[in-house]
Amino acid sequence: MFDYLEKQLPKLIMAPTAIVMLVCMYGFIGWTAVLSFTKSRMLPQWEFVGWEQYERLFANPRWHVALDNLLVFTLLFIIIALLLGLMLAILLDRNIRNDGALRTIYLYPMAVSFIVTGTAWKWILNPGLGIEKMVRDLGFTDFEFRWLVDPDMAIYTIVIAAVWQSSGFVMAMFLAGLRGVDDSLIKAAQMDGASTFRTYWHVILPVMRPVFFGAVVILSHIAIKSFDLVQSLTGGGPGYSSDLPATFMYTHAFSRAQMGLGAASAMVMLAGVMAIIVPYLYSELRGKKS
Amino acid sequence: MKTKLTGLALATMMAIAPSAQAGEVEVLHWWTSGGEATSVAFLKKQLAESGVDWVDFAVAGGGGESAMTVLKSRAISGNSPTAAQIKGPSIQEWGELGFLSSIDDVAKANNWDEILPEVVSDVMKYQGEYVAAPVNVHRVNWLWANPEVFSKAGATIPTTWDDFMVQAQKLKDAGYIALAHGGQAWQDATVFEAVVLGVGGADYYNKAFVQADMDALNSATTKEVFETFGKLRQFVDINSPGRDWNLATSMVINGEAGMQIMGDWAKGEFKVAGKNAGTDYVCVAAPGTSGAYTFNVDSFAFFNQSDAESTAAQKVMAKEILSEDFQRVFNLNKGSIPARLGMARTEFDSCAHDSMDAFVASSASGSLVPSFAHGMAVSEAISGAIYDSATQFFNSDDSADQGVAQLVAAVAAAK
Amino acid sequence: MRASTTSHKLYKTLFITLLLAAALVYLAPLYVMLTTSFKGIEEIRNGNILALPDSLNTSAWSKAWSSACTGGDCYGLAPYFWNSMRIVLPAVLISTVIGALNGYVLSQWRFRGSNFLFGALLFGCFIPFQVILLPMAMLLAWLGLANTVTGLVLVHVIYGVAFTTLFFRNYYVGIPTELVRAARLDGAGFFAIFRHVFLPLSSPIIVVSVIWQFTQIWNDFLFGVVYSGPGTQPITVALNNLVNTTMGGKEYNVDMAAAVIAALPTLVVYLVAGKYFVRGLTAGAVKG
Repeated sequence: MFDYLEKQLPKLIMAPTAIVMLVCMYGFIGWTAVLSFTKSRMLPQWEFVGWEQYERLFANPRWHVALDNLLVFTLLFIIIALLLGLMLAILLDRNIRNDGALRTIYLYPMAVSFIVTGTAWKWILNPGLGIEKMVRDLGFTDFEFRWLVDPDMAIYTIVIAAVWQSSGFVMAMFLAGLRGVDDSLIKAAQMDGASTFRTYWHVILPVMRPVFFGAVVILSHIAIKSFDLVQSLTGGGPGYSSDLPATFMYTHAFSRAQMGLGAASAMVMLAGVMAIIVPYLYSELRGKKS
Repeated sequence: MKTKLTGLALATMMAIAPSAQAGEVEVLHWWTSGGEATSVAFLKKQLAESGVDWVDFAVAGGGGESAMTVLKSRAISGNSPTAAQIKGPSIQEWGELGFLSSIDDVAKANNWDEILPEVVSDVMKYQGEYVAAPVNVHRVNWLWANPEVFSKAGATIPTTWDDFMVQAQKLKDAGYIALAHGGQAWQDATVFEAVVLGVGGADYYNKAFVQADMDALNSATTKEVFETFGKLRQFVDINSPGRDWNLATSMVINGEAGMQIMGDWAKGEFKVAGKNAGTDYVCVAAPGTSGAYTFNVDSFAFFNQSDAESTAAQKVMAKEILSEDFQRVFNLNKGSIPARLGMARTEFDSCAHDSMDAFVASSASGSLVPSFAHGMAVSEAISGAIYDSATQFFNSDDSADQGVAQLVAAVAAAK
Repeated sequence: MRASTTSHKLYKTLFITLLLAAALVYLAPLYVMLTTSFKGIEEIRNGNILALPDSLNTSAWSKAWSSACTGGDCYGLAPYFWNSMRIVLPAVLISTVIGALNGYVLSQWRFRGSNFLFGALLFGCFIPFQVILLPMAMLLAWLGLANTVTGLVLVHVIYGVAFTTLFFRNYYVGIPTELVRAARLDGAGFFAIFRHVFLPLSSPIIVVSVIWQFTQIWNDFLFGVVYSGPGTQPITVALNNLVNTTMGGKEYNVDMAAAVIAALPTLVVYLVAGKYFVRGLTAGAVKG
């Protein structure tokens, strides 16, 4: 009896998580899926209209802007944050014994709520107040840095702010990973006369594969949900040129009384995530098994 | 310091009369700063005097966007607040969903039908009964100008949109920013609204932007509106996208820019900077709208309550909102004019006097129109569509034809 | 030999310069916030945002802490600070413990379908939080937890567990399964192995998990605003109320001071947790 319980213990431990996940994640996703087929406006109304909300969604030019932006933003954000985080982690790990102060500096952006940091960034990126003005005051009067107010470039300022905010955390994850790497591995590699670069590339990074996996999941999660970032930095502007699906959805579901449309946009977002994340999850988790 | 005193006074008061409570009101609102918060504190104090406890439930952000999210999740879980700051056609939508409670007996007892202008009281009623109480009337179609800048540039303050282009060019040539503007969707819509009214007139405005009549929207007048609106792009500085409206106002205050189109709340900024109406700055109706009036009325709607005590407290609150005291203090703080008619006007400034006169005159002439940029005219879905079209047009090189086409498509899709 | 030491030194100097330069860039927004918080309103309106303040004016700080208006009440951020603490501490603790156990099971005690469960958990957290607002509100009301601190803690634990599980699972995956096997042969049980073998190795990842959870929950606005009531609103809601004006003027100095105040607890967590980060290094060395 006791043995049986002991054997089932791992499953018992996972059970509450599994049940809550079923209800509060998949249950609610289902709820939203149903909602997206209704004509719901201000509050949920269970009057079904088929695919009408989806048709409306894809007829909306703003939605297409939001989707394009998501693609650009997610790719750039994940790649830059990963590279920068990894670079900072390696440099910190190798060169500085007592890295407390620097580590905290790279991490602090995560601590500061974007509700206000957005204002600081807005000032820094604004041509009339921030970088452009500063450089011009130094004598380079032709200098231009106007991404924030340029409808074609505004989305890149969101990338900058997002990388600033999250790369420190990626660094922390890599740092934890680097410090978990068996020293004997490194020593063995160095004994074989491998250069530092080769040691990292062939020995250390492969061991850190789960850390990469974790970082990618976390970053894509942040990217897809980026909301207050957009809200406080550009407000989706100029025009709606820097809108993202998350802001699109929130605005339509809650302040424009188009809940059905909002639900439809959420489902499209999830479908998009599914197309990209599921294969990745599958290959990573399967690869581990063998 | 002032706010600290109010809080202190309140605390002492509560300590003296804690037992004489006729219940409490939980009020969801988004007035959290400066003059607005002071006004709310005043209402809170007045209610305390009548023995009603005020439970403050403030959620700011995005012109009430967050507050509405909170309200919806509270309502759907059967847990509505006593009162919430809702305005315009939304009151009807909440009424239709069966959430609002009638305060018609308070309204009857206090003659609301007499003291409120009809355009205002219509908005406050659902199926003929009052479900909400108005606190103020904002005029949105104002042009704020710095006379010193104008005289230096040799320009005069424009009264039509055609004249606007001429004078703005003079300002621009003299090295000033002609139009101080913050490129946020709601500000783009505010300017767009002034152009609609100035170019198309009140009848067109009502047809196209209140009734959302497709023929009126898809017309030559709309094209003319977009042409005029498009010409304004050149008079706005490059740094405008994302700028807060009050920073745009300070550009007018410190003489960087000539003028701004903004509702009467802009007055607060001039006041804080120690400027006087008429001498340091002028307030005139936006070009082409001098006889017309775009109104924006803030109000509190009352939600169904399960217990009698809260319902009673609700009615005390409704009565206090329409009291002369509250209407006076609130509107002096906020720059608007009282919703109730016939109040003493000596304490109000000259811009407010103009607003009061224009309100009465435009009401008689039929050119008193609800503001679509501030959620008074059309459903949230349609006003959202107009926002998107206006802001997208203003921040691109689209032609007027493209502007019309986009607007028509967006409004049709939102219906 | 000597040449390689010099080039080594050269590299080291180069790297440290790089790190310091990066630090400057990271600090820029904080610099703007801090300097602004010490300026007067006139100075902000007319001056250069990058300039140092004319004088150290701390009135914005005291106002932000104790007398700025966050609605009809004007008691500053102070009352909300403690609300946040009451939400964050239990939520971080509970979600980290659950995450550690989950990660331990998913990496070392796999059963049929455990990988699928993990994948489903990860994918599930990609649901945009905005869509769960209404159904979750109904669920909380049904549980009788609407607008309570307990309800908020519950929500944060539910949506945080996926991440804490991810952290621990990925960390524990690197620990050889032979360790568990050997311990079991010695007669140690599920919890004994966890306590004596895994927990002592876990400090770096506990730090990562706590940093993530603390930051996420402390800075959360969406759940905090929707599931709190009057009296239980967290600090982000108060901060948002303080900085947002619909039609009133903005006091940027108070806004910036308030933002820094609201960020202080997280910064403290980073500093304190950092110590254990270094200790984790030693733990890692023991393993090797």
